[in-house]
Amino acid sequence: MPQPFTELTAVAAVLLRDNIDTDAIIPSREIRAVAKTGLADGLFANWRYLPGEGRTPDPGFALNDPEFRGARILIAGENFGCGSSREQAVWALAEYGFRALLTPSFSPIFQRNCVRNGVLPACLARHAIAQLAEWVSADPQRHRPSVSLVTQRVAAGARSWPFEIAADAREALLSGLGEIEQTLRFNDRIAAFQAADRLRRPWAYDLGPATPGSHRESE
Amino acid sequence: MPATLFEKIWNEHLIADTSGGGLLLLDRIFLHERTGGVALQSLRQSGHRVANPAHVFATMDHVIDTRPGSRNPGAADRAGNPFIEVTRREARAAGIHLFDTDDPRQGIVHVIGPELGIVLPGLTLVCPDSHTGTQGAIGALAWGIGSSDAEHALATQTLRIPKPKTLRVFIDGTLQAGVTAKDLALHLIGMHGASGARGFVVEFAGPAVRRLDLEARMTLCNMATELSAFAAIIAPDEQTFAYLRGRPFAPPGERFERAASQWQELRSDPDARFDLEIHLDASEVRPMITWGTNPQDALPIDGSVPDYQAVSGRLSRQAYERALSYMGLEQGRALAGLPIDGAFIGACTNSRLSDLRRAAALLKGRRVAPGVRAICVPGSTQVKRLAEAEGLASVFERAGFEWRESGCSMCFFAGGESFAPGQRVVSSTNRNFEGRQGPQTRTHLASPETVAASAIAGHIADPRTGQR
Repeated sequence: MPQPFTELTAVAAVLLRDNIDTDAIIPSREIRAVAKTGLADGLFANWRYLPGEGRTPDPGFALNDPEFRGARILIAGENFGCGSSREQAVWALAEYGFRALLTPSFSPIFQRNCVRNGVLPACLARHAIAQLAEWVSADPQRHRPSVSLVTQRVAAGARSWPFEIAADAREALLSGLGEIEQTLRFNDRIAAFQAADRLRRPWAYDLGPATPGSHRESE
Repeated sequence: MPATLFEKIWNEHLIADTSGGGLLLLDRIFLHERTGGVALQSLRQSGHRVANPAHVFATMDHVIDTRPGSRNPGAADRAGNPFIEVTRREARAAGIHLFDTDDPRQGIVHVIGPELGIVLPGLTLVCPDSHTGTQGAIGALAWGIGSSDAEHALATQTLRIPKPKTLRVFIDGTLQAGVTAKDLALHLIGMHGASGARGFVVEFAGPAVRRLDLEARMTLCNMATELSAFAAIIAPDEQTFAYLRGRPFAPPGERFERAASQWQELRSDPDARFDLEIHLDASEVRPMITWGTNPQDALPIDGSVPDYQAVSGRLSRQAYERALSYMGLEQGRALAGLPIDGAFIGACTNSRLSDLRRAAALLKGRRVAPGVRAICVPGSTQVKRLAEAEGLASVFERAGFEWRESGCSMCFFAGGESFAPGQRVVSSTNRNFEGRQGPQTRTHLASPETVAASAIAGHIADPRTGQR
């Protein structure tokens, strides 16, 4: 069950690359267990660690910069989370500590995965991202932005910018309610819809000779 | 009111409106071991049940070993075994259909969905895999989701989604000989960029699309993912019905014909309005190849690495330089003629029988250049069997290709096998991201024909001539 998200003031890390894909966020070989945890170490592994055996941090990579220590907000480039649908990318970011991601745009599947896990994916205008990144980078430990899902704004010192998020995503994040429970409350309505649909589209319930009688069994 | 194909399917599945979207009924749910097992496990642990097991299918494709003769053990790397084991255990416990490692129906999810008739026109289908839109080629609304959404889908047989906008890509003209659906897709992505269809469901239409066979349509829809499309779809026609007749999970006999008569309605009305329309002339498309680390970095095969000016609308200077350095290229370098170390034919993009036939036609009686590691991985166990029966396998093997068991294999680096750091690979897959095929591996995306021609030449080569 995700935690509700309302407001967050925290250190922000800056990683202004476009098209950061989910292979980069969590390389496939870093996904070692059938679990939603144990992924933080593998976050950005190809960039975060120097090549070769062992985990030697690459000092040139943003998250290894002591200035960004304790970051819970990530400011990044366009089309963030593109590529593979692997939700491990969000689990890894969340386990590392990120609760809010600020970018000009997200890949749609990744954005939904964020919401399902209580991580805010907020879209800001490109110029807002640039100004925010500049303000943060001047002194990351002290220049901590405030993200409010209530007002849908990000504040940085004297300035603030609006951000976009879909209405249903906003509601889900604010409430922190599990979606399955919400939908199961409509069970009768779903069952009635299916009963009528079965008459309209019998073939959709007909699973062919491979599963004989399946179109009846499921009735 | 006139409606698009997408709107017809949306309306038929809409249980309730939600803010900005709808709660939709799902007809089929597909899972694979990499992201599906964790969803089934988490669902059970949270005390929920699979609502409709007869409509849920699981296959082993992502981490399964594809080395010849490797079928039974499981994963390519021991680290992958738990994914196979958990998926097997959870699938059995949930009572869903399972195509296990030794099942003759096993294969890449987006290859076997159509091959087994699991996806049908007008259905909704979801899978925790980004290339699920591939199956829209049949005329279904098929889209990729995450694992949490998969849990929701399994527990409720529904999903809440924001309503996408509609984009029609109308393609007329005729593809030149040696130019394929893959080239068409790379051309489109090159023109419109990695975010070109964000928020849209893409309908491919027009005479050039009608002329594509079903497998080529799947290739086209597969690559719409790299435009950030929500989904891709092609209206079903007689070709679609002929393709589906007799498939094991499709309705048989007269029941199929009754369904097909309903499927005739599945087309956008002539005066339906799309939120956006794009026109394309297929005759202008040439064989394509990528130079960078995103599918949008696509150029005709006789092209050269662009200067920064040419891509500045899309890439920052830093991203451009990073891509060049990763790929080991410099501005102005001709792409044809670049020496290669690897050639890969496979993946949900281009691993079907017709793909293998076209590649084999170029390979027949020829040899892969010395020093090039060439690999062919059929998209399903059935494709493999059929290819062996008609002699394609021996063409690949005699040419010097490794002929493998089916699976996703080296399309991505799952901790098992990979090409070596710094190696240059021409690949029929769909992603050329940094590290995708192995740490520091340099991937150039192309059609199976271009991969075959390049493997023979030892460098990136035009499949129409085999020359630079």
